[in-house]
Amino acid sequence: MKTLVLPREHLDFFASVLQQFGEIHGPVAQGEHFVFRRLRRWSEIRLDYPRTLLPPKKYFLPPRECLFHYQRKNGYVPVLSDMERRIVLFGVHACDIYGINILDQVFAGKYPDPYYQARRRNVAVIGIDCVPDEHCFCRSMRADFVSTGFDLFLKDLGDRFLTFVGTALGDDMVLATGGLFRPVAREDIAEYKRRSAERRDAFRLDAEIRDLPEIFEMEYDSALWEELGARCVGCGACSMVCPTCYCYDVQDDVALGTLEGSRSRTWDSCLFTSHAVVAGGENFRASRASRVKFRFYHKQRGFVAEYGRPSCVGCGRCLEACPAGIDIVQIIERLREVQHAVAS
Amino acid sequence: MLLQADARHPVMAANPYQPLRAHIVRSQVLVPDTHLFTLRFASERMAAEFRHRPGQFVMLSVPGAGEAPISISSSPTRPEVLELCVRRVGRVTAALHRLRPNDVVGVRGPYGNGFPVEVLEGNDVLLIAGGLGMAPLRSLLWYTLDARVRFAAITLLYGARTPKDMLFRDELVSLADRPDLSCLLTVDRDPDGGWAHTIGLLPSLLDRIRIVPATTYAAVCGPPIVYRFVLERLLALGFSKDRILMSLERRMKCGVGKCGHCSVGYKYTCLHGPIFTYWDAINLPELV
Repeated sequence: MKTLVLPREHLDFFASVLQQFGEIHGPVAQGEHFVFRRLRRWSEIRLDYPRTLLPPKKYFLPPRECLFHYQRKNGYVPVLSDMERRIVLFGVHACDIYGINILDQVFAGKYPDPYYQARRRNVAVIGIDCVPDEHCFCRSMRADFVSTGFDLFLKDLGDRFLTFVGTALGDDMVLATGGLFRPVAREDIAEYKRRSAERRDAFRLDAEIRDLPEIFEMEYDSALWEELGARCVGCGACSMVCPTCYCYDVQDDVALGTLEGSRSRTWDSCLFTSHAVVAGGENFRASRASRVKFRFYHKQRGFVAEYGRPSCVGCGRCLEACPAGIDIVQIIERLREVQHAVAS
Repeated sequence: MLLQADARHPVMAANPYQPLRAHIVRSQVLVPDTHLFTLRFASERMAAEFRHRPGQFVMLSVPGAGEAPISISSSPTRPEVLELCVRRVGRVTAALHRLRPNDVVGVRGPYGNGFPVEVLEGNDVLLIAGGLGMAPLRSLLWYTLDARVRFAAITLLYGARTPKDMLFRDELVSLADRPDLSCLLTVDRDPDGGWAHTIGLLPSLLDRIRIVPATTYAAVCGPPIVYRFVLERLLALGFSKDRILMSLERRMKCGVGKCGHCSVGYKYTCLHGPIFTYWDAINLPELV
């Protein structure tokens, strides 16, 4: 991969150059939290943010999106508005880029989702590295480092950024600066290695995911799920903040007094009672315990079978968002302890 | 992954969510709450080219009401129209039942894996349906009958609560005379009298036929109680778990493996199903 160095004093100028590639969006402070949104001025950006409330998925899979207008004469007409917006999303952490890569896989496949893909291809991603806080466990989920899914990735080396160029578009961004970036020197590599090792040791949370699918299988009937079911309030916050939760519901609306309407999709959650209800009323996951279990099972077991890795990226958002304090890292520890007890 | 900055969004030519316009050709009352809708695509080309496998389903849009997965009851051996057997149970199906011939609906599909008909060829085929379970199995029934020479013995066991609840009753009663098909129909009870066929529970029909499990595929569809009792009996008869095929129902919003609702274990009913083997069912928690 092409690797260059951007001296920190040129960052502001680089940002101004990026405007020709689209609206600049990035992490900004909002009260005590951080959110991704369009920057009003470059100085708003907070590259030291721990995590945003919502992950970048909102750019590709909006919380609510109109898919079709229905007209009597023309039938279902796809809605294409808002898809031409070109966005440069500046300052995405590795875990969130990993999340985007997972969504890219889900929304491709045998039936590519044209709405997702149209939005996705108009968003350029510029990654930035980060310092783990008390909720981060991306290292355990093998998502603390990404090699694809970004156009550029900036590694903070203090007075400069080591820059990985991931795509031709990223290369165009570099070239548009007319020589702000310089080649990598030996001492840049040495500094990168030093900081990389330091970051690795900074993680306070750890979960072992090897053979986790097998443990989930064996602990399918664990009493832990009932316990979690009793604590979960079914709010679905974990799904909303998850970079890889992609379930959506579809609704049709009719304009009053007309035969015209629209079909929209909205974020859904497998924690909601209605998630597995079929017409006639049967609910295939009627108990809250079964729904909590399903969520973790799908992330940590189901996804591995289908895509070869868990869909959890260890971003820590669900740990922070859950009003009942349900914590996947603790769940993994509990399941492993139980397993250990059985074995000994 | 990203294209050049000047790349345009793809034309929605291949939009998998695009419902295609179809007309209701005919609506036939099978039982009071369950009608058979015959649909034809407005596009002559679609009507001529649409092909499905028995056991597949379509996503049916009723303008203003929404979209729902509906299994296809007609056989691909009889193309040009689609027959959907629909019980009035929810918002979309209630709206569909209010429509009349020539009214417009939206159809996309076909989706799902369908029955592995090529694998079934040369084998005995045992169809076991309870109640509304006849809807997807009717497609396989007519498929095997229309390609009769490709299959060995074909048997249909169908149970309904009463004769009045039996779907496709006249059609199936007339098939009972067919020499190349064993068609055994049963009802739990016959309150009005006059039922000339069996009275008794569906699994009891298995006592009345000769089955060679090693060369037979069983296709089962019905409410949960049917699975509970029929599967047990088939295993006791010596069926291998991957020779028992089941058609399952789940909530679906997309039909194409995205919306997440039909997920069971690590499979999507819409992509990997709705036809699963009993072995799948054992390995996928929550499937049955």
